Amino acid sequence: MANKLIVSLSPHVHNNDSVQRNMYGVLIALIPALLVSLIYFGVGAAIVTLTSVVACVFFEWAITKFILKREKNTILDGSAIITGVLLAFNVPSNLPVWIIIIGALVAIGIGKMTFGGLGCNPFNPALVGRVFLLISFPVQMTSWPKIGQLTSYIDAETAATPLSLMKQAVHGDTSALEQLPSAFELFIGANGGSLGEVSALALLIGLVYMLWRRIITWHIPVSILATVFIFAGLMHLADPVMYASPVVHLFTGGLMLGAIFMATDYVTSPMTHKGMIIYGVCIGFLTVVIRNFGAYPEGMSFAILIMNAFTPLINNYCKPKRFGEGKKK
Amino acid sequence: MKTFRIGGVHPAENKLSAGKAIQTLGLPKQAVFPLSQHIGAPAIAVVKRGDMVKVGTKIAEAGGFVSAPIYSSVSGKVSKIDTVVDASGYRKPAIYIDVEGDEWEDSIDRTTDLVRECSLSPEEIVAKIKEAGVVGMGGACFPTHVKLCPPPGAKAECVIINGVECEPYLTADHRLMLEKTEEILVGVTLLMKAVKVTKAYIGIESNKPDAIKCMTEKAQAYPGIEVVPLKVKYPQGGEKQLIDAVIRRQVPAPPAIPINVGAVVQNVGTAFAVYEAVMKNKPLFERIVTVTGKSLKNPSNFLTRMGTPMSQLIEAAGGMPEDTGKLIGGGPMMGKALVSAEVPICKGSSGVLLMNDKEASRAEVQPCIRCAKCVSACPMGLEPFLLATLSAHREWERVEKEDVMSCIECGSCQFTCPSHRPMLDYIRQGKGTVGGIIRARNAKK
Repeated sequence: MANKLIVSLSPHVHNNDSVQRNMYGVLIALIPALLVSLIYFGVGAAIVTLTSVVACVFFEWAITKFILKREKNTILDGSAIITGVLLAFNVPSNLPVWIIIIGALVAIGIGKMTFGGLGCNPFNPALVGRVFLLISFPVQMTSWPKIGQLTSYIDAETAATPLSLMKQAVHGDTSALEQLPSAFELFIGANGGSLGEVSALALLIGLVYMLWRRIITWHIPVSILATVFIFAGLMHLADPVMYASPVVHLFTGGLMLGAIFMATDYVTSPMTHKGMIIYGVCIGFLTVVIRNFGAYPEGMSFAILIMNAFTPLINNYCKPKRFGEGKKK
Repeated sequence: MKTFRIGGVHPAENKLSAGKAIQTLGLPKQAVFPLSQHIGAPAIAVVKRGDMVKVGTKIAEAGGFVSAPIYSSVSGKVSKIDTVVDASGYRKPAIYIDVEGDEWEDSIDRTTDLVRECSLSPEEIVAKIKEAGVVGMGGACFPTHVKLCPPPGAKAECVIINGVECEPYLTADHRLMLEKTEEILVGVTLLMKAVKVTKAYIGIESNKPDAIKCMTEKAQAYPGIEVVPLKVKYPQGGEKQLIDAVIRRQVPAPPAIPINVGAVVQNVGTAFAVYEAVMKNKPLFERIVTVTGKSLKNPSNFLTRMGTPMSQLIEAAGGMPEDTGKLIGGGPMMGKALVSAEVPICKGSSGVLLMNDKEASRAEVQPCIRCAKCVSACPMGLEPFLLATLSAHREWERVEKEDVMSCIECGSCQFTCPSHRPMLDYIRQGKGTVGGIIRARNAKK
């Protein structure tokens, strides 16, 4: 009896949390947005999402086995599946399969495995893939299909998105903002855009779920959304014809998707609450700057990637408040 | 409801033995007394082989100011002075006594009558506590009289009594508060008198409503004692966390100690031991020990003589289950895994926890995903992931700069890590090494 006792240091119990539980929790939170994309974009959304997930998981498996030559493969931890889903959510639903596969290879190969796999990547892999595609295939990446063409894929008819209308307004088209869909339509997602980003409602349901399961904290999403609302609101007050209202800003483009699912990526976001708020405020600020002044209609991906680069610096300077600090008598 | 302000976790409580009244455990055949049962210098044996001792005979005297004497808990003959494997897993010098009968020293008041009146001066009370070998009963075993003698320049403003028992499974303090309520309250008044304050708080977590009710009712008759219900959160029983929860003051980083913010913290078990030492002339030689575990037939609370082997407690609680994989002295968060069931009960043994094979082993370690859950959980506002990584890379200077010495080793970080990283193992190594470096540096000055 006595010789088979395990001796190890405390603590001897664990709260049974795991990497898998968190990763699959994020996937569950993505389900509402996936359902909405299937409703609006039909078969195209299904093909793009499936291709992206399968390609991401395959590349992670292949790189781990043949290039890194690690014995243990990590494809079941769920992180590659998340990268696949998020990459798909950030592209138009009529994107050809071969382009998606290139995106997945860049996301997993360059964005993640080059740095050593899960936990080591400085940039969000899905965004690395997305931005690579945006720069390499600007035409395919910026022609978004109209909603409601459930049976068409590559052949889907395309239309201007709210964000491109907003850009036109900035460039002097005074009637562009009047063509925007109503805030309610934008909120539920009845507008063009990348396949997973259209419905703010579905994404917010995902946020509530992740907060409830304590997968993420409120700091990053709330600070991004609040900053965008305030900063875009000030600009709208200054010139309502040129700059869209803050509500439109909140509900269009990749803002919700980015604030809730991309910027909150554990690996590439800061570790302290103070750092998370600085990071969120900067992302919100950069997003509005790019949307209103930059060449691209959407700035979320760039804003997050830029702030990913600052994360180590933020971590270095934003220490948590130590116990007993500032209370010295 | 009050609680501490930084971090914290909530492990499953599993207070299996909370409803079990304290039972008196039978005498052991042989009692073993390690000479090092407290923080500070080991005690020095004052008996030799063949000596006859009674219950309450001093068998070892304090080895310095920060030290405590040890008393026999049994009557009989000293069979040898040898070594024993204690809870730390190391062999330590110890006195072995073969039990014969149960004869007590005449000076001890063995009645159960409550004695309230005390005419002793504060200095006399401290002297009696020191002489009785009373140490912190919560597990740290810091000699109580040292805490009652504030260093020059520091002044006590209140006494805080720790009835939190935030470790899962343990119920020894809980039962003591229910069954020895008045004795504890008298003990608290003695402690207040000893440090010359008029205010004492008893912090109890809200998962013990019966103890809160009982203590609050009885405390009416004792001026200056206030029961403070606390929100259930681990590690509230940590000295610094408890002070923060009760009086909203944070003890600065080491070398500052609680007295620097005017607080003297003592466990309820210690208050009871103080009562017995001062009012009943009874030195510290027995304590309440919780024996518990999910596979154990009969989790219980025993009044146990020191020196009793843990195996005897396990027998009394229904015997060692077949599937036992780990034996822990103390609770599951901070307790020590024992190498055998023959380890003797010491002054700091609050519990014996048996874990089955399934609970006993650690899960597979995965890469750090930088989720920051350890940062949120740390009650000292540290960055456990960083301390662990720096320690693993042996970057001692940076480990020191990141305040490793503030770590209280509560285990909240490791408890909460989704990747099951053994962070505290590394942090302990860092803390040990940095502690050595600091001592060496101070010695040079």
